[in-house]
Amino acid sequence: MKISDVSLARREFLKGGALVIGFSLTGLPLALAQATDARTPHTLNLDEVDAFLAVRKDGSVIVYSGKVDLGTGHRIAMRQIVAEELSIDPARIDLIEGDTALTPNQGPTAGSTGVMRGGMQLRQAAATAREALLARAAAHLQTGASELIFSDGYVGTATARVAIAELVGDRAFGVRMNPKAPLKNPAQYSVVGRSLPRPDLPGKFTGRHTYVHDFTLPGMLHGRPLRPPAVAARLLEVDAASIAHLPGVQVVRIKDFLGVVASDEWAAVRAARELKARWSAGSGLIGHDNLALWARRGPFVKDEIVVSKGDTSDLANDPRQFAASYQWPIQSHASLGPSCAVADVRADSAMIWSASQATHRYQPAYAQMLGLPLEKVRLIYLDGSGCYGMNGHDDAAADAALLSKAVGKPVRVQWMRQDELGWDPKGPPQLLALRAALDAQGHIDAWEAEMWVPLATANLEHVPLLAPSDAGIAQPAGQMVGLVTQNADPPYRAARVKVTAHWLEPAPLRPSNIRAPGKVANCFAVEAFIDELAVAAKIDPLEFRRRDLTDPRGIEVLDRCAALIGWKPAEAMRRRTGAMARGRGIAYVHYKHNETYVAMAMDVEVVKKSGEIRVKRVACAHDCGLMINPGAVRNQVEGNILQALSRSLFEETTFDSQRVTSVDWGSYRILRFPEAPELLIDLIQRTGEPPLGAGEAASSPVAAALANAVYDAVGVRLRTAPFSAERVLAALRATA
Amino acid sequence: MANYRLMVNGKEQVVESWDPNQPLLYVLRNQLGLHGAKFGCGLGQCGSCTVLIDGEAIFSCVYPVSAVVGKKITTLEGIGSAEKPHPVQAAFIAEQATQCGYCGSGMVMASVALLQEKPRPSNADVKSALAGNLCRCGSHDRVLRAVQLAAQGIPGKKGA
Repeated sequence: MKISDVSLARREFLKGGALVIGFSLTGLPLALAQATDARTPHTLNLDEVDAFLAVRKDGSVIVYSGKVDLGTGHRIAMRQIVAEELSIDPARIDLIEGDTALTPNQGPTAGSTGVMRGGMQLRQAAATAREALLARAAAHLQTGASELIFSDGYVGTATARVAIAELVGDRAFGVRMNPKAPLKNPAQYSVVGRSLPRPDLPGKFTGRHTYVHDFTLPGMLHGRPLRPPAVAARLLEVDAASIAHLPGVQVVRIKDFLGVVASDEWAAVRAARELKARWSAGSGLIGHDNLALWARRGPFVKDEIVVSKGDTSDLANDPRQFAASYQWPIQSHASLGPSCAVADVRADSAMIWSASQATHRYQPAYAQMLGLPLEKVRLIYLDGSGCYGMNGHDDAAADAALLSKAVGKPVRVQWMRQDELGWDPKGPPQLLALRAALDAQGHIDAWEAEMWVPLATANLEHVPLLAPSDAGIAQPAGQMVGLVTQNADPPYRAARVKVTAHWLEPAPLRPSNIRAPGKVANCFAVEAFIDELAVAAKIDPLEFRRRDLTDPRGIEVLDRCAALIGWKPAEAMRRRTGAMARGRGIAYVHYKHNETYVAMAMDVEVVKKSGEIRVKRVACAHDCGLMINPGAVRNQVEGNILQALSRSLFEETTFDSQRVTSVDWGSYRILRFPEAPELLIDLIQRTGEPPLGAGEAASSPVAAALANAVYDAVGVRLRTAPFSAERVLAALRATA
Repeated sequence: MANYRLMVNGKEQVVESWDPNQPLLYVLRNQLGLHGAKFGCGLGQCGSCTVLIDGEAIFSCVYPVSAVVGKKITTLEGIGSAEKPHPVQAAFIAEQATQCGYCGSGMVMASVALLQEKPRPSNADVKSALAGNLCRCGSHDRVLRAVQLAAQGIPGKKGA
């Protein structure tokens, strides 16, 4: 990245310049205005340009995006993509996101596909629009289309021009998407590739941005669900008199669904805390300590060969065999703000404001729950606290909708801290067993990976919502955990490979997709095991990877990462003597084997007396193809590194036979400022390549780089996450 | 229902609460429409609800409304606007120092309190001052940069 716009802004700041960004959007006015602002009828057909774009009379443009900004910078990146193709100022674009009545269904904002898929659909819509505008302008100006140039909202020649707005007027384009509409030559990019600042941040840092948590409606009440004290407990009895001392509280009970509603939020909070109810015992959970046992025991739905290359059947008896097992715990999305939604359910229709990453996907579930036709249920996305996969937002929306329907008024529900950590759908547990044999030169001859993971039901991408489950209302079937089997085969040359998934019945706690689904654990296992193989072969871990990698982009990130951290072959960083041991580790991923390339190295210190790991520096080289907004990519890469460090070092959802026991920030610990390491990041811009996504990939190699660094420091292999001080200390004592 | 006279962002406000122990956060958000401070845990563990009371950063999610009478309350809205941001707000915007932004209000207010106390903090000072403010998205590095940037832009109070 060259001198970025952000760093320019930074210099302006130092000179005392103003930093106001001229975007017209702020949350609340838009949320209320968009229904009237948008033309009707507005098509949602993905084959129509009009589904994505509209031009107002004043030349400003509305972009309709089914993908939403989850704090990722889409809000500026999507504008840049469209602005570039149409040669207009991005500040002239208004963006409407995740509104089931106005935006096309581009799928959930998940899997790091926002720009890669959603943004590229927008680009093609803009390119198609440009093609149509060229033809119209040529006719209008009576000149050849090849003579015409787009500039700042106009099309024309040196002597005559016409405004885009005039060519479209206030009408629809009426043009079908042309997948072959010519795209702007990347060499001419002037908006894409710049680190334009995010338009939502001035509002967010001054308290003027409307999160879903801040959204209010006239006459709105505050609701709180009361989740049972044990998973799957039945509600036996409610003592409404127990909260008679609190003002204006209504109790809502629908079978095992229990909630309170009040005009005063604090009254609702206290009512949820003080309402006495009797529940049955729960269904009985296995407890977090027994996850590995559970995973190997089943019951299994099926076994699936995920990757098969050559015959590995003799590996189990191969005397050259290395073997190790790796375990990843159940983790919470642990959103900083508990999930929230506002619902206004009427007799014939419903509006739900939600921070869902999948408003379109859950629309049928709400329609079914409320007994309304699909088209009468409208979901509108508003910013929430960061999610990183499906957290509790969709459940909070179901809670709010059920309560609103029950009391006949708009209801805002915000979960409490223990609801979020206790009841958000969780990242599933993963267990992996790896075996490999090396040939005489230390190359991988045979590789087998077995994994035990909860099944994602094919074509049923749904996480069962709590409210309808408790209320005994039918909802769409399915279970979703994300694409958890990818990246369990090594990215390096290997003669024979087999990856098997043992699919388990539902997980002990309700699973969902969590950032870089499956890949965080798989890459941990693969890249930590590679480190073990490299050590066994007496080959430098960087060299072991580099020499068996054929993809030049993979080799380049490894080389750049090595340069960033100052990699030196063999033990240059290691220090094992004294109270503090020091080490360095490296790991690599080619995300999903066909997306972003990431190499990561880190320097750690291990306090031998306590087992505490201190991460000092993390270096990351990152190639996600075309970067629309390198500043936003950098923010994502930093976030991936720090969040994955948090997950690797600290995070584990604990539970006993009845309930989740890690329900506050003391018992579910995440990374804090004093633990934040120095970050060295090298982003590779490839303007001629497709964008590959930056939301997830850099999470994957973190745990392995960390475990490998700890091994380098103290000679102990960490194969179970999180790498808590207690666990490290136990491992140190076991080898002493 | 009792009335409480509060001094919020330099303006006297009369609020009411049926419970003297109602946390200040709910009053700010629901009665005064000040949405900058956010509910994160209700336990004083995450810092999203941080506001200043007589210049000191406190967790408004556990601070009773009856205890702030006669004290000066400052929220994110009170220190600046998008048009005229406080130097700390401007620095956070310049560094794009957040992702979802939910923790941002607390980060800014805790940083304002720190810089009043210590206009030229070391990185370790900032880390320790923000240890009670959680960020889940992983914006720590740029928050640290933003605080240092703000420190460069804020004239030292104590002759620094």
